[in-house]
Amino acid sequence: MLPQRLIESLVGLFLLFAIFSLTVLAFQVSGLTSLFPDQTYTVTASFDDIGGLKVRAPVKIGGVQIGEVAQIGLDPVTFKAVVKMHIRNQYNDIPDDSSAGIFTSGLLGDNYIAITPMYNTTYLKNGSKIEMTHPAMVLEKLIGQFMYKIGNNGNNSSDNGEKNEKK
Amino acid sequence: MMDRVAVLGQWGIDTLRQFGKAGILFYRVLFYPPNFKKSCPLVIQQVYSEGVLSLLIIVVSSLFIGMVLALQGYHTLSKFGASQELGPLVALSVVRELGPVVTAILFAGRAGSAVTAEIGLMKATEQLSSMEMMAVDPLRRVISPRFWGGFISMPLLTLIFNATAIYGAYLVGVKWLGVDAGIFWSNMQSSVEFHADIVNGVLKSVVFGVAVTWIAVFQGYFSIPTSAGIASATTRSVVYASLAVLGLDFVLTAMMIGEW
Repeated sequence: MLPQRLIESLVGLFLLFAIFSLTVLAFQVSGLTSLFPDQTYTVTASFDDIGGLKVRAPVKIGGVQIGEVAQIGLDPVTFKAVVKMHIRNQYNDIPDDSSAGIFTSGLLGDNYIAITPMYNTTYLKNGSKIEMTHPAMVLEKLIGQFMYKIGNNGNNSSDNGEKNEKK
Repeated sequence: MMDRVAVLGQWGIDTLRQFGKAGILFYRVLFYPPNFKKSCPLVIQQVYSEGVLSLLIIVVSSLFIGMVLALQGYHTLSKFGASQELGPLVALSVVRELGPVVTAILFAGRAGSAVTAEIGLMKATEQLSSMEMMAVDPLRRVISPRFWGGFISMPLLTLIFNATAIYGAYLVGVKWLGVDAGIFWSNMQSSVEFHADIVNGVLKSVVFGVAVTWIAVFQGYFSIPTSAGIASATTRSVVYASLAVLGLDFVLTAMMIGEW
């Protein structure tokens, strides 16, 4: 049996080792920069179509993340998707006539909200709503439209050809 | 026919009685806390014998699990041209899943079996009843420190497991296979969340720690006091603890993904 003092110091070292691992996990692995979440304010926007937008998706201006999506709901009257966003308090000078759009990072990446700032001198604040929105571009729809156009063009050209032949 | 039904009924009552005993034991361990000043050294001793002495197997196995995960992950990810996603793959699978589960199973084999065998032998050699003779409550003197020792050690071991496994993956992925170190860490940092991933993993390990030590202590305390009884109690302790860990893991993961 080891003396109690040695056991206590070994257990102390064990604790220190575990705390060191926790710090490594927190700062090196999960990239935690501050222990407390940033102070934020809430802004809503309603979209016709949000595509594959998810809760916690980033909100960006010019590619810089300024907040994240907090909640997604459906307006029971207009059937538009209502998106609540938390924007960090340090970005409190976004003009309130700015527009919000849903984009995709990369060809198959996740969706995010991009806010395009305008020129008003009144700013977005807690509870305000972004009026100008652009719905998500859904890849399937685009492909569908593209196919439709190709189909039409083909018909038109064949029609023209027939007409030409008739002439 | 009726005999068979009776056997089934007896089995059911026995099982229920086991659960009842286990519940009462758990209640007494939790709500009759031993005198803090007196039992603190006992708990530290148990943290030493359950936690510090398990460190070797935890560190070695986590290092190798991380290394193998990096090797396998790199091999598969490079087929899709996504080998720079090696960091997130390893970090998420270790922190969320492998860390708590493998640590708990190793802990059940390394420390849980030892606890069961020790308590069982104490019972077989009538040390527990002689303690009662001396008006020393064996629950407070023997059972409770072992429970709390395991309860404290499990999350600490999991943290160490996680960090070592990720370091092992770093060794293989970056130093050997040549994934860029900056991409490895920055992709990992952008996809691992502190609260959603690391804290939930540690929460899992706390639950597993309770389950494993509870089962170990119960199997030891209610073992049949013969050598064969201790042997089967030790086996049951490891088997039940591993099964409980895997079952609880599924339930906890479902709860965590469903955002509680």
